[in-house]
Amino acid sequence: MSGFGGFVLRRGVGAVITLFAISVIIYVVFYATPGNVAQITCGPRCSPEQVHQVAQQLRLDDPLYLRYWHFLEGILVGQDYSTGTAVQHCSAPCLGLSYQSDQQVTELILAKLPVSLSLVLGAMVLWLVLGVGTGMLSAWRRGRLSERVLTGITLAGTATPVFVIGLVLMIVVCGELHLLPFPQYVAFTDDPEQWAWNLLLPWLSLALIEAATFARLTRASMLETLAEDHIRTFRAYGVGERSVIGRHALRGALAPVIALNANNFGSAVGGAVLTETLFGLPGIGQELVHAVAVVDLPVVVGMVLVIGFFVVIANAVADLMYAVADRRVVLA
Amino acid sequence: MSDSPVTAPLVQVADLTVEFGGLRAVDGLSFELAEGGALGLVGESGSGKSTVASALLGLHRDTGARVGGSVLVAGTDVGRASDEELRRLRGAKAAMVFQDPLSSLDPYYAIGDQIAEVYRVHTRASRRAARARAVEVLDRVGIPDAARRSRSRPHEFSGGMRQRALIAMALACEPDLLIADEPTTALDVTVQAQILDLLHTLRQETGMGLLLVTHDVGVAAESVDEVLVMRDGKAVEHGSVATVLGAPGEEYTRDLLSAVPRVDVSRVSPAAPSEEVVIEAVGLRREFGRGRGRFAAVDDVSLTVRRGETLGVVGESGSGKTTLGRMLVGLLEPTAGEVRYEGGVRSGVGPAVQMVFQDPVSSLNPRRSVGESIADPLRARGERDERHIRHRVGELLARVGLDAEHYDRYPHEFSGGQRQRVGIARALAADPRVIVCDEPVSALDVTTQAQVVALLGELQRELGLALVFVAHDLAVVRQVSDRVAVMRGGRIVEYGPADEVYGAPQDPYTRQLLAAVPALDPVVAARRRSARKELTSA
Repeated sequence: MSGFGGFVLRRGVGAVITLFAISVIIYVVFYATPGNVAQITCGPRCSPEQVHQVAQQLRLDDPLYLRYWHFLEGILVGQDYSTGTAVQHCSAPCLGLSYQSDQQVTELILAKLPVSLSLVLGAMVLWLVLGVGTGMLSAWRRGRLSERVLTGITLAGTATPVFVIGLVLMIVVCGELHLLPFPQYVAFTDDPEQWAWNLLLPWLSLALIEAATFARLTRASMLETLAEDHIRTFRAYGVGERSVIGRHALRGALAPVIALNANNFGSAVGGAVLTETLFGLPGIGQELVHAVAVVDLPVVVGMVLVIGFFVVIANAVADLMYAVADRRVVLA
Repeated sequence: MSDSPVTAPLVQVADLTVEFGGLRAVDGLSFELAEGGALGLVGESGSGKSTVASALLGLHRDTGARVGGSVLVAGTDVGRASDEELRRLRGAKAAMVFQDPLSSLDPYYAIGDQIAEVYRVHTRASRRAARARAVEVLDRVGIPDAARRSRSRPHEFSGGMRQRALIAMALACEPDLLIADEPTTALDVTVQAQILDLLHTLRQETGMGLLLVTHDVGVAAESVDEVLVMRDGKAVEHGSVATVLGAPGEEYTRDLLSAVPRVDVSRVSPAAPSEEVVIEAVGLRREFGRGRGRFAAVDDVSLTVRRGETLGVVGESGSGKTTLGRMLVGLLEPTAGEVRYEGGVRSGVGPAVQMVFQDPVSSLNPRRSVGESIADPLRARGERDERHIRHRVGELLARVGLDAEHYDRYPHEFSGGQRQRVGIARALAADPRVIVCDEPVSALDVTTQAQVVALLGELQRELGLALVFVAHDLAVVRQVSDRVAVMRGGRIVEYGPADEVYGAPQDPYTRQLLAAVPALDPVVAARRRSARKELTSA
């Protein structure tokens, strides 16, 4: 399959170019916005001289393209920062220093990332199983009562905000029934079992919402595939309905599901703020909201870039999965 | 079934009625098919023939269709059978081959696996044995290197090979009955001949019965012993092929047969020869794709079209005939060479050369009235007077045999043939001197086809139009053309007066094409079949 290798290479190069474009856009959008960053960083009581000094330290007077160049340099080879009294080395991939704490953004993200990934990966497994399963079932049972009930439930799921589901789950499961303690984040490396138990409710509440979307998509896509000619062929050859649905219809219906999943996975890494806040999980989403509130631009830019990275990677993986499932993609 | 099993027919349909909503697609149809017999269901679109085929396998169950009467297939009462009994009938005792072999196979699985899956449903064979069986039947239907090719997915097969694969799937469980629903309609004529020959051989060797559904009387004549002509869900005529096609007893059958274009009958009234060349192609070449995928769809094609004559361009799919037609109209720019109109080099689209498209459904905007569509060329030329536009469109509608008052109607209110008339009226609106017709009748039934062809001939005589008639159907091209160009792989392999090209073909490819055309006379068909065998074995 020489065509397949070429396809992987093309897709990889495409992902790198996309990431580069994202970094330019994000950098320009955040650093070119009006507002005196030096004043905000220094604090309201700083004198004009102090503000000027901060601006110099942060190289705010350099032209934008030069600052972007330094930023890129930091990511690729690392960079040294002077904090007034000492010089701090920030090794590649360096996303700069926080204006607020002088902490390296890369370290900050690395500390938060396991929490977010734990939450999203676990929830993803749940939402795929629940969503695709429900979607298949309601496509199969189309027009019957069970399908209408399922459709009703998924519609309610899409419409319910995450904090409602999460709160109800927490009150019932932890507060009333005492089945679980109130969730508290435990690192996987410390205690895998406690990690899973503590994340169960956050997983559920994030997954229930997403599952509803997946159920609706799977159902629609499945019904479309079921109307295709090759489904008729297998029915006309006496292949049982279970094989027709599970083997032939599902495979054809999965393409849009894979695409949506790639998107949702990527954006949930930074976008599950509500779930993180509700369950007290110190993830990327929470940190990002905090950084935006205090205009800590290096942190904001770094985190948005990392989230973008996950969206791009997830999409590239989705494309590869397409190609493995359906070789015709490689030819296009 | 209390009768002795020896005399029980393979298929027994009694008073079959199928209704979709309020529409009665099949209306009190009865027929029988003896074991090992071959019956052709022939009819135009909407006659209910495919609905009958589906009813034999009980495919209408759970679709909302109402089925009445009784259907017995290989000892199974299809109407009363349980889902499980029906499942055991499908594929094992009666197998079906469908029209479009690409969409009828699952694009995600290897062809061998799909056949093996069907085989395993009906036997207790192991995975490995089923896979071996798949290779065996693929080999049987003439797939070269079957073991390796069985691992290919459908898109890696050509159209003819896909249809062979589908037939292989049908053969896997050695059914008593093969139901073929328009099995060759999507195929080129040479491939069609191969598939029909394959079906013929298989029938001789396995003794299975064949129910062939087709709109093409020639295909039926080639393949079956008995014919049942259907119209509006009812049987019009039923009898042996020789009787029904040779001496039809019913008016409708006679009309149907007289509408079928014959490859051995030349143009009824050839145009008076004119020496004035209207449009000319000189060394036309057109490439598509880039890099290593670059290829020439049309390669060094030169031809002339004279005033008042019809040039037929005939070829199989991929021969470049449509690309050539589009370059003549100016919809595509040639990569090399030029199109000359009345001696001058021409580029881009202009009123003098117009086009009629293949699909009258998709080539008219469904959201605009037909009058608006026909008025487009008039407005494009700067006509602004609404009263004059309406008047002119009315004239054009009348000219193509439609009601002049139909300006405000929408395409869906017309039949296929009427829509194609609208397409012709739109082409005429620009007062062209040349009309390029790209497969103008291939989407139409034979009787409608004959009417549209007649209209084109009439318009040609009255307006002195030059026509370029692009088509894959050799018989239709013969019927309308004064001169013919045969295309293959982007080149013209034979070019000359129609009677010479058809009567004494010089190029081996032309000969092959002509040998592949189904004959209406079963005796001639059998002779052609053996001639083809010699051609392929030689």
